[in-house]
Amino acid sequence: MMASSYSAKEEDGHHPGASGAGGAAANGRKPDNTAFKQQRLPAWQPILTAGTVLPAFFAIGLIFIPIGIGLYVTSNNIKEFEIDYTGTDTSSPCFSCYQNFSWNSTLPCKCSLPFSLDQPFESNVFMYYGLSNFYQNHRRYVKSRDDSHLNGNLYSLTHPSKECEPYAHRDNVPVAPCGAIANSMFNDTMELFFVHPNETRSQIPLKRKGIAWWTDKHVKFRNPGGNGDNLTAAFQGTTYPVNWHKPVYELDADPENNGFINEDFIVWMRTAALPTFRKLYRIIEKKSSMTPTLPSGNYTLEVTYNYPVHSFDGRKRMILSTISWMGGKNPFLGIAYITVGSVCFFLGVVLLLIHHKYGNRSSSPDIAS
Amino acid sequence: MSYKYANNAIKTSKYNLLTFLPLNLFEQFQRLANAYFLCLLILQPLSSFLLKKISSLAWFTTVVPLLLVLSMTAAKDASDDINRHRSDRQVNNRKVEVLLNGELKSEKWMNVQVGDIIKLESNQFVTADLLLLSSSEPLNLVYIETAELDGETNLKVKQALTVTGDMGDSIEQLSAFDGEVRCEPPNNRLDKFTGNLTFQSHTYALDNEKILLRGCTLRNTEWCFGLVIFGGQDTKLMQNCGKTMFKRTSIDHLMNVLVLCIFGFLVFMCTVLAIGKGIWEYQDGSVFTVFLPRQNGANAAFSAFLTFWSYVIILNTVVPISLYVSVEIIRLGNSYYIDWDRKMYHTNSDTPAQARTTTLNEELGQIKYIFSDKTGTLTQNIMTFNKCSINGRSYGDVLDFTGQRMEITEKTEHVDFSWNRLADPKFRFHDLSLLEAVKQGSAEVQAFFRLLALCHTVMPEEKKEGELVYQAQSPDEGALVTAARNFGFVFKARTPESIEVIEMGTSITYELLAVLDFNNVRKRMSVIVRSPEGKLTLYCKGADTIIYERLHPSCSKLMEVTTEHLNEYAGDGLRTLVLAYKDLDEEYFEEWRLRHHAASTSLEDREEKLDAIYEEIEKELQLLGASAVEDKLQDGVPQTIEQLAKADIKIWVLTGDKQETAENIGYSCNMLREEMKEVFTVAANTAEEVKEELLNARRKMCPGSSDDPPFLKSGILAKKSLVVEDEKVDGEYGLVINGHSLAFALQEDLRLELLRTACMCQAVICCRVTPLQKAQVVELVKQHKKAVTLAIGDGANDVSMIKVAHIGVGISGQEGMQAVLSSDYSFAQFRYLQRLLLVHGRWSYLRMCKFLCYFFYKNFTFTFVHFWYGFFCGFSAQTVYDEWFITLYNLVYTALPVLGLSLFDQDVNDRWSFQYPQLYGPGQLNMYFSARAFVGCLMHSCYSSLVLFFIPYAAIHDTVRDDGKDIADYQSFALLAQTCLLVAVNMQLGLDTFYWTAVNQFFLWGSMSVYFAVSFTMYSNGMYLIFPSSFPFIGVARNSLNQPNVWLTVFLTSILCVLPVLAYRFLRLQLKPNINDKVQTHTHTHTHCNKNCSRFITKQETGTRRSGYAFSHARGYGDLVTSGGFLRRPIKTRPALFMRSSAAGSPVAESSPQMYRTIPENQQL
Repeated sequence: MMASSYSAKEEDGHHPGASGAGGAAANGRKPDNTAFKQQRLPAWQPILTAGTVLPAFFAIGLIFIPIGIGLYVTSNNIKEFEIDYTGTDTSSPCFSCYQNFSWNSTLPCKCSLPFSLDQPFESNVFMYYGLSNFYQNHRRYVKSRDDSHLNGNLYSLTHPSKECEPYAHRDNVPVAPCGAIANSMFNDTMELFFVHPNETRSQIPLKRKGIAWWTDKHVKFRNPGGNGDNLTAAFQGTTYPVNWHKPVYELDADPENNGFINEDFIVWMRTAALPTFRKLYRIIEKKSSMTPTLPSGNYTLEVTYNYPVHSFDGRKRMILSTISWMGGKNPFLGIAYITVGSVCFFLGVVLLLIHHKYGNRSSSPDIAS
Repeated sequence: MSYKYANNAIKTSKYNLLTFLPLNLFEQFQRLANAYFLCLLILQPLSSFLLKKISSLAWFTTVVPLLLVLSMTAAKDASDDINRHRSDRQVNNRKVEVLLNGELKSEKWMNVQVGDIIKLESNQFVTADLLLLSSSEPLNLVYIETAELDGETNLKVKQALTVTGDMGDSIEQLSAFDGEVRCEPPNNRLDKFTGNLTFQSHTYALDNEKILLRGCTLRNTEWCFGLVIFGGQDTKLMQNCGKTMFKRTSIDHLMNVLVLCIFGFLVFMCTVLAIGKGIWEYQDGSVFTVFLPRQNGANAAFSAFLTFWSYVIILNTVVPISLYVSVEIIRLGNSYYIDWDRKMYHTNSDTPAQARTTTLNEELGQIKYIFSDKTGTLTQNIMTFNKCSINGRSYGDVLDFTGQRMEITEKTEHVDFSWNRLADPKFRFHDLSLLEAVKQGSAEVQAFFRLLALCHTVMPEEKKEGELVYQAQSPDEGALVTAARNFGFVFKARTPESIEVIEMGTSITYELLAVLDFNNVRKRMSVIVRSPEGKLTLYCKGADTIIYERLHPSCSKLMEVTTEHLNEYAGDGLRTLVLAYKDLDEEYFEEWRLRHHAASTSLEDREEKLDAIYEEIEKELQLLGASAVEDKLQDGVPQTIEQLAKADIKIWVLTGDKQETAENIGYSCNMLREEMKEVFTVAANTAEEVKEELLNARRKMCPGSSDDPPFLKSGILAKKSLVVEDEKVDGEYGLVINGHSLAFALQEDLRLELLRTACMCQAVICCRVTPLQKAQVVELVKQHKKAVTLAIGDGANDVSMIKVAHIGVGISGQEGMQAVLSSDYSFAQFRYLQRLLLVHGRWSYLRMCKFLCYFFYKNFTFTFVHFWYGFFCGFSAQTVYDEWFITLYNLVYTALPVLGLSLFDQDVNDRWSFQYPQLYGPGQLNMYFSARAFVGCLMHSCYSSLVLFFIPYAAIHDTVRDDGKDIADYQSFALLAQTCLLVAVNMQLGLDTFYWTAVNQFFLWGSMSVYFAVSFTMYSNGMYLIFPSSFPFIGVARNSLNQPNVWLTVFLTSILCVLPVLAYRFLRLQLKPNINDKVQTHTHTHTHCNKNCSRFITKQETGTRRSGYAFSHARGYGDLVTSGGFLRRPIKTRPALFMRSSAAGSPVAESSPQMYRTIPENQQL
């Protein structure tokens, strides 16, 4: 304890009388006395003590559990209906379409799937298609696009980037839109019918606009020559991708939703992060506050089965879902919050006990030992 | 003769203009990481050319940092080397007078050739290794100071052969000199030279006495001529220098190993992923070709192969090159702190501390062994007459009113000697009563000082009237004579037969009848003088034990009191001599004188006979008192050594000095302590005896120790471990070993024995060691101990050990700069060492370890997420993060916070570091960053990466935005994952930071803000519209960062990453707190170290007696004194002499026999 820091005081430079004659002049190389250079910057030095750690654990527990419960309840209140229409099962109406797919067939294969909703879907209902085992996140797949091409750059339109290979040119004619992503665009069409108790069907109106991000629709994607009138002319000198049946300028009749700014196309071009994903297909808007958007009852899903997934064991789904402030149905976050909160609380208790039993070791005075 | 003589130019620099680039690059690529990056660098463009884009990262992400690192290091090396060139040039361009074609010409040092005759003048450095030909002094003597070579500052005498000495300064004769020297080849032994000179068909033997070595300084000799024997690199000084080594810290070595391991791990990960890719291609990829056709002609195996390389490039972020840039920056920063430290600035010499090497800082926190020079490092090499005991009364202490001893400081009033015209103004004495006693004419006191003025072999020199300068063979003799001089007994002049003393103003000439010289066995010296009144007196001074045996029984009472005083002095670490006298009977003396003469001229056993004669007369002495001389330590040395010892640092003193001196210093600076169970002394003359003594010492310390050295078991079988384990010993021991024994002990078969014994001891002192032996001792410990060594010294004799040790420290501010020039750190005072190690070293080590742990953590976590993602993206080497994020992660987003951590962090402040030197311990044991810590770090980041990948995965899976639109797309996921990562690593950083300065806060929050700002900017419309292909992430930030579940995910992941760490640290704190935790908790509760808690300066008060006596010079000067050859000619007579003998051409050679009658011719030859 004693006899330490001998030099601390003496060399501080404040030693009275230490600097003799000429001291001031000789001290030319004396380092500056700044807090930074002397490593004396004022600082906050938190250390782990029982007084800070234990309350933190309890606080985290107390914050997490309510959040988790809230999330869980919210997620549970979201109504979601999912139907797999791949047709892998022989009993499935789409089995024949699944089996007999050929790229060259001009006749669309159609199948219709009946399903029923037990509970009415209030508020806006979002209709998704889901794909499984589809590697939209494969590196070569993700790269296989040309953003300036999609942004309406005229030069890129006719000179698609090398990234698009082998979907950049078809018979030496540039492809628009180029690349593997565009080439593999999902092209099933789905229609939804409500089957009244009297067996009559009424088609449910599906809104096809407003399904893509605003930034994608208005900034990222643009038709060549501006979103002008004559798309056919604008895409002159290009051809459509090999898997497509029609050129890009015939995707929709609505000029605001045609060509590169077709929202189905935009949604597809936003590649998914994981091999199982869902993408927004249509929106069923709530019409009046009196009736639910989708009342409970029987429905039929009419699918024009264009998209082959048989070869890679993929699955196709149709999902109807309502949403909440936290998005779609996903119980994970709620459960995770509740679990972490409880674990924290439990740990807090355990640590408290341990602290109670052994806690004074660190503050014992026998530091020298 | 085919031998190629070196010219006298020296070269300590490593490179020249041409060799700089290749050599430096070669050195740099020896660093594994640099080579690794070079490989990556080659791989990247190669891959894009040959393998068609397996790389998903741009080539410049590697090139720019690598070039930056290489050029930074190269610039530093270049500037270091330029400094070396500069100092070389300065030395090489010194001027010396060379005898060329019959005339003296001023010539640069580097142009001096072997065989040249050069003329040196007083206070000049010796240019090369010279054969002394002639000198201005009588008997062809020259005086040299060898401080640069062996650290001893007392003057040494060299003497030329008479045959060459006769040439004097006659240019013609010297030019005509055509002797031939045959000698040994260049070697590094400073104390030995064999050769012969053939001149005028006679052959003369040459030994070390006739050689002046480079590095010595000529003193008190007007001029001398010498023949260059060895020049430049061949000189013994340069041969002793050792090689400049490329020093690397153990962390550097560890990092090399780690880089290898990481590389192995990387290959492992890539292999796993490549196998996965193979399986995927086989199962899924082959059927997915509808939408994603294969690359040209690639089958599953080939794509797996390509994937392997793609992942090598993606995952190389485990060791980003920015690691090395940051490490260098941290070291540089911490070096600047050393330069800037005011507490290591020495006011008197205006010397700040200097970190000359900026790459070794963290090693300062791991020192286990310190090898210290003595002279100039521990001691100031100033002897001061401090206390004395005269006739039973002790003088020298200053008492306050209560009779307590007061501490003597600069301000204490000292005795005014202005009444004495001849007093030495530098002399300080604080006890006024002694002067009063002298003035009052106390007989004993006067006799005491008369003895001091008479009984010595000091040479006086009166340069100007009234300005006396003493040339003493040992500084303590000088101190005693100076004391006598100031107290009014001025030793004025001597001739072979007389001594002139001015006693209280009156000049008295004593007739000097005999000098009974000192030697190691006698441990005393006496003179016999006859006063003008004709009284015959023998004055004797010597070691207490020796004198006490020869005292007259009547002194027994006085003896007791004096013994008490002696104990007190010894306890204060003073070097004591006991003084006695005896009045002689004229008849007895005459009879004795005859026998003495017979003995001194006898041809057989002259030594023994003389000793017997001396013994006979030196008995029944009357005790006068005792003198105590202080070998002045540098300020704060004992405290520093005590502190370092508390920090469990072992200190070895390696000194060229005598055993007694070194031992004494060992005691006075607290290295050797009275509490030690035993201090072993090894002083033997054969290898067997040395072994025996070492073995005995070891057995005593640790009776159970085995005969075979306990080698540390090494995990790697192939590597033969030579590391000797530490052996536990109860109690503290010390070891003193002399140079002769050390030479044996350093032989191959005894080395380990020496090491084991020495390492058991708390303190080790090696005396009479040569510079090379110093290096060998350091090398021994370095080789066989898993410990970091530090060597500290001030002179050229320490250069080799400074170069060998892991860390070399030079004491700057003194004359010689060699030590500083080859050192890694330099400062002015030994006591700054404790601040360098306990504060700067500890902090540097701590910071570096924290940095490495954190850096590896953040990069592993970053990289592992890619690994996990591989399983979900078809092993396609898709990155999880935006390419810009990958580029900026290490360079921008996390660079500054971690630098802030590693430049400002301090767990406890400097004061507490001093208070608890034990805090230094973890560094010595390498506890903060080792292979184990690294594995822990790896596991930790493995956990974090799992959290950071799977929580976002699960949270985003199949979910949508609050308006039903996409959020599970790749780009949003990337943004989410990178935000989670950044928040989590910053939280971890916050947890690691102990010392939150404003800068840390600024860096941390700044980096976070920069991240968001950059994200929003890069994902903005404008950037996209300008470069659509570079910024494809347009709108992602806007569209996902407004989602509550994104933020909830970020929050959850960061808490999950931090919680286990927090719990673990808290548990460790509760259950197994280490010293750091304890001190931290302690400081927390005692936030303000009360000002007086650390202000005590205790001096070891020990009562037991040590026979420290103040004789540090060799025997034989008595002969010279009485022979007269040793004397300088009196100044007044010189002009006359010159005039008289100018015709003869060689005044000195002729005049000396005329002046002094009794020069035994044979004695000098």
